[in-house]
Parts: sequence; C-alpha cells; structure tokens
Amino acid sequence: MRVIKQAPAYIGPHNYCAGCGHGIFVRLIHEVMEEKGLIENNVCLIGSGCSSNLKGFIKGSNKTEVHHGRAPHVALGMKKILKDTFIWTYQGDGDAYSIGLGETIGTAHAGHPITVFVINNTNYGMTGGQAARTTLPGQITTTTPYGNPNVALDIMPMLSSLDRVGYLARGTTASAAEIAKLKGYISNAVDCQMNEHKYSLVEILCPCPTNWHKTLPESIDWIFDDAVKHFPLGVFKSVKGE
Amino acid sequence: MKELWKGNEAMAEAAVRAGVQLYVGYPITPQSEIVEYMSARMPEVGREFVQSESEIGSINTVIGVGLTGARCMTSSTGVGISLMQEGLTSCFARGVPCVIVDVNRSGCGMGSRDFGGGQDDYLRSTRGGGNGDYRLLVYIPNSVKEAVEFVYNAFELAEKYRNPVMVLTEGRLGQMMEPVEMPPFKEGEIPAWGIDGTTKIMEDYDSSDSGVVNDAKYRAKLELMEASEQRWETFCIEDAEVVLVAVGMTSRVCRGAVKRLREQGVKAGLLRPISAWPFPVNGFAELPASVKKLICVEVDNYGQVIEDVLIAAKKVEALRTTPVYSYAHHRLMTSNDVVKFVNAVNNNEVQEVG
Repeated sequence: MRVIKQAPAYIGPHNYCAGCGHGIFVRLIHEVMEEKGLIENNVCLIGSGCSSNLKGFIKGSNKTEVHHGRAPHVALGMKKILKDTFIWTYQGDGDAYSIGLGETIGTAHAGHPITVFVINNTNYGMTGGQAARTTLPGQITTTTPYGNPNVALDIMPMLSSLDRVGYLARGTTASAAEIAKLKGYISNAVDCQMNEHKYSLVEILCPCPTNWHKTLPESIDWIFDDAVKHFPLGVFKSVKGE
Repeated sequence: MKELWKGNEAMAEAAVRAGVQLYVGYPITPQSEIVEYMSARMPEVGREFVQSESEIGSINTVIGVGLTGARCMTSSTGVGISLMQEGLTSCFARGVPCVIVDVNRSGCGMGSRDFGGGQDDYLRSTRGGGNGDYRLLVYIPNSVKEAVEFVYNAFELAEKYRNPVMVLTEGRLGQMMEPVEMPPFKEGEIPAWGIDGTTKIMEDYDSSDSGVVNDAKYRAKLELMEASEQRWETFCIEDAEVVLVAVGMTSRVCRGAVKRLREQGVKAGLLRPISAWPFPVNGFAELPASVKKLICVEVDNYGQVIEDVLIAAKKVEALRTTPVYSYAHHRLMTSNDVVKFVNAVNNNEVQEVG
C-alpha cells in the first residue's frame, strides 16, 4: 500500500489507551507546525493528567511539564522572553477548566498571545475517570456513582465575551470529516498567535473509551448523540470573522 | 552617591540594576511598593512587567521566564509566598534560577497587616516549603543597604547553582528608608541550557517536573551550597561568654543590647546568621572557647531560628554541652527587653531549651 503521508519524525509511539483522541490531536498540531515551519521554533507547556503522557513521545527540550492548571502562566512568562516563538499549552479539561480555570480566564482576559489546546474527555482520565466540570449531567463516573448532579461547563460563551481573545474553536477527533476541520482550527489558532498576536484556544471533544466504559464506536456515537449537545462544535470567535 | 531609599523600592531598583528581564507581582501589604515601582520602572528600561492574577500566577510566570534562562523576579509577603510553594518546588526540580523577595508579615493565617512584620517565615523558607526535599538559598538582610546588595547578587547565585534564591526581609525593612548607594547596571547571559524553542536535547534535561532523574546531581548541589554559601557576621565576639544569635532586624536590636550588657560588665557578643540556608554552622564553629551560653532572639511566637541554633550547637563539638536559650516574641523587642532576658538567664530564671 502506498504511504501518502507519515507522522512527523519527531513524534514517537505513544502510550495512550486504544481509541483515545490524544494521538490524533498531537499529530495534527505537529503537522500544522511543520507546515508553518515552527518545529524548531515552538515551546509546549504540558499540563498534568493524560496530557502529561505527551512528554514521553515528542522529542526535544522545547516541551516541558508544569503543574496542574498552571500552563498558561508559564506560557505567558515564556512568551514575554521568546516573542517570536510559537508558545502552546497542552491541557486536559480538568487542568484548564477546573484547577486552572483562573489561569485560563486570566490569560485570556489579558489577551496574552499564547495558544491553549484543551482535550475535553469529560472526566479526569489519568486518575481513573473522576467527574470534572465538563462531566455531562447524569454521567456516571467514579465520583458520581449515582450520576453527575451538576451541569457541564462550556468554556466558549465565557471566553467569547472577552475582548482580547482572538480565536476560539471546538472540534473532535471522532470522525474523518471532523478531523479535517480540526486541523483547520489548529492552523487558525497558530496564525492567531503568530500573526494577530492574540490569545487562541482550541478544544477537542476526545473519546475516552477506557473511562467511559464504552467501545470506540459507542464512544463516537455518544459524542455525536449526547456530548455535542453540551459542547457544540465549530468556531466561536475569530478576529478575522471566519 | 548615597541616596535615601525606601526598602521595598530599593530592592526593586537593585533587581533592575542586576538585569532582571521580567518582574511579576501581585499587590499585598507590606511589599506592594515593589509591584508599584516595577510597573513604572520596567517599561522605562524596556523590560517586562506583569501584574499577575495571584501569587500562583506570579511564580508560574517566573518559571516560564526562568526556563529560558532570562533573569526574573517576583515578590510577596508570607501569605503570598505560601501560594507560591508548588511553583518553588518546581523551580528546584527543574533547576530554574529565579529571585524571590519575601517581605514578612507576622502571624499565621492572613497574618498581621501592620507594617512591622516578623520573622515567622523562617522555617518555611529554610526548609524548602513545598513538597519534596529541597532548599532555597535564603539571605536575611538587616539594612536597606544589605537588602540591595543581596538582591543585586542573588541573580548570579541563582544562575550558578540553578536554584531559587530568596531574600527574606521583614515588613519594617521594606517600609523604612535608609541611605544606600545603588550599584551599577549589569546584565545576565542566556545560558546554553535555556529553552529557546528548538528541539535541541540537553544532557541534564528533564522534561518531567519531578526532578527525580536529577536526584544525585541535586544532592551534590545542595552539599556544595551548604559548604560554600554560609554567611554570617559577629560583633564583640572575641571574649564573649553570652552569645546572642539573631537574624535580620532583630540583630540590630541585639547589637544595642550587647553594647548595654557590656556597659554592665556582662561579656556579651552577637552572632548574626546572614544566610539562613545554608545556616552558618561554620560561624558557630569559630566561636571562642569563652562562650558559656547561646541565646537565640527572634520575632515570632514559638521560636523557629532556635531549631537551627540547636542543630548548629549539636554539630559543633565545642558547643555540645553549651546551654541554649530561646527568646521568641511576636513583636520586635527593644534592646532593654533583650538585656532583661539575658540578665534573667544569668540569674538562672530561664529554662534552657537545649
């Protein structure tokens, strides 16, 4: 079979669970950076949780793990010094929207030119599937055994209202068509930082078959049937008005 | 030329002179003047000022800057430094050089907002403070002149050891004015290990935040710092029988007390630790054979410096049987108070602590 395109060479084999969307997302981010000539001019601040597995399979010292939720502030410090470098964070939903909600909103409000990538799998994946702010109402997790009594936090309306946010989008790795769109979102987010010098955030709805106790096809159905009702897909803000 | 500088503003200017590329802070009494001063001064010299959302934000912004190898500083009081502890342990784990100025309040919880402050942050500062086994280099000035000197020199120390350096001061030092000559402008160099956006692989690089892969290296570093960076000062020590041990502003009170005690015929002396970590055990080893009693004087409620004095007395063979007394009070005492305490000790009215 003819190989049309290979994963960028610096991405090694990963150790995420079968069916997880992290691998696709990481590859897309690196494809975009490769196309824009940023592979030797970027720094990734890795959050805590499943996202921290990233450090095991991307090579180079320009990726570094930071405390749970704090990546945006580390990114802003780094951006202040490395002004022409693409600075991005790689965080989970618990990281960015719960323990790091203050950091997320604070840096977005200030409009620091950094890019935040959030992998939303509606639970704390690495610690074994506890409820997060993004857990759907009624969803069973290891800390909501009777069903989640809370509602899911959709960050997009909150961040959309902030004047200095340049780009906001939510995609998913749950279908080929959505993956193609997602790559466009990532590309726009990179351009937003590098060309418009504004804050950008891209979230993905990520299948988590392990902690959802579903097969991958069931997980994908759940994303399109249930999760998107709480987390609509698309572009929520763009300084170019796309 | 000497000028009259307020402690907080003097430390801020010293950092500017030392080539700090980014200052990040959050307003909190009694150090807010540092934040205010930097907000005007840093843009003036074409550098970065960030007012953070919290002290957690401050220390993580510092980590971002420090990982590139550029000079950076933050400041706060004990309450805010409490929030920085998760970041400080990471600074150690990652070998991030940075300078932290702590202008102490006094007391637990929210602390006392009166401008005097205390020395309550001593143990937390000298024992690391966050999770894991690490140390900061900690220096305690007792004048605005010294505060300037310590901040100015802290950046090279931080870079030499790739370790956070804390200048531990008190509210009253941050708030008071004294004549000081500002040092000349200098600049740091970006080190080879600094993250610059490329995928270069560094020999000692650890992408994880635990520092565990560097444990042996860090132990060696701590040993080297402990051996090389002890600093202390003595006063009237040559024939002293009673040696007062005091850090920071308390040492100035004790200096006055030593003079008064000498007038009364009591052979008193003063040993003032300048580096709180590493604690100057060598200074204790050099005490004359005439020493019969050690009295630790400090401004906190239950006694913190006393623990290091007891350890030092244990480490120095000549002092192992020397009785040690603790005078801890949450308000700065007067020289007269210290004189009274020493006389009470000499009259066997005070129980020794070790």
